[in-house]
Amino acid sequence: MNGTEAIRTVMSLVDDAAVVHANGYICRESFQVGDREPNFYMIGSMGLASSIGLGVAMSRPGKKVIVLDGDGNLLMSMGNLAMIAAAAPANLLHVVIDNEVYESTGSQKTLSGSVRLEEIARASGYRCAGRASDIETLKRAFGEMLEAAGPAFLLVKVSPSFDPATGRVTHSPEEIKRRFMKAVAG
Amino acid sequence: MISSQKFIEQLQADGFGFFTGVPCSLLSGLFAVLENQSDVPYIPAVREDAGVGLCAGAYLGGKLPVLLMQNSGIGYCLNAFTSLNLIYKLPVLVIMSWRGYGGNDAPEHIVMGDINEKILETAGLPHAVLTADNERDVMRTALETIKGEELPFTLLIKKGTFDERH
Repeated sequence: MNGTEAIRTVMSLVDDAAVVHANGYICRESFQVGDREPNFYMIGSMGLASSIGLGVAMSRPGKKVIVLDGDGNLLMSMGNLAMIAAAAPANLLHVVIDNEVYESTGSQKTLSGSVRLEEIARASGYRCAGRASDIETLKRAFGEMLEAAGPAFLLVKVSPSFDPATGRVTHSPEEIKRRFMKAVAG
Repeated sequence: MISSQKFIEQLQADGFGFFTGVPCSLLSGLFAVLENQSDVPYIPAVREDAGVGLCAGAYLGGKLPVLLMQNSGIGYCLNAFTSLNLIYKLPVLVIMSWRGYGGNDAPEHIVMGDINEKILETAGLPHAVLTADNERDVMRTALETIKGEELPFTLLIKKGTFDERH
């Protein structure tokens, strides 16, 4: 399973959930796969996707919130795992697309090849945590976690697949915000 | 001196409904109110930039957020302020203690105490020093900036501004 296939699979199953996308490859790939209003594309502020997602989940407890994170983003702010576990929002599902590299800057290695990120989430206190390395497992695990009370953590091991020709998100940051706020309100 | 209790109550009356932060002794009275009052949604942040992210998310979810921190946390927040809050127009009220003001503090606070105002200025982050005397005017400006322009506003807090419980 490569990153594009994983993002395509996840985004086909999210229904009307709010999805916070980490910067870099994840934003760009997901925008390419299918733009939707309840997508928050975090184009900068690396490391903050999970804290933004937690803020959304806490302020909209009736709304399912998914963080589509990357291994580089997660490693940059591991403390956020503790913050999410302590706040324990039942409506939060944290998905990490783990390609073991900083793909959008030239595929420099991250540390996730030697650190079991899902075990850290579990030890932090997420209600459930697991990993998926093929599409069938991803579909099953994601479907189960989407239904279960969170916070849940799903590590998705993928091979790099970034095509530099993939465009950037074309909406302005203010547009991204306005659309998202409207979609998650009410 | 401003009462921490009354200040938090006023913030709630002004529409603020989400509080997070990293503690400072100068703000210990405010933190005591946040920790002890169950009707105030407060979550401790692990680091200041995580607090910025939390506040951004809370605003996206429809809450007006408040972030409390010491000026030593500015560096961690600058990328978040410049590549998130300022470009998406995500407002937050930042209550920032001014350690090292006037060069009179522990050594680790002196350098930042000398430059924190210049950093906010350079980054284009609206701010004002809050005192018991200017509270009404400064808060009016802060609310206009936050609700009207959707920009962050930073209140700089010198020692003795609030009752401290430390």
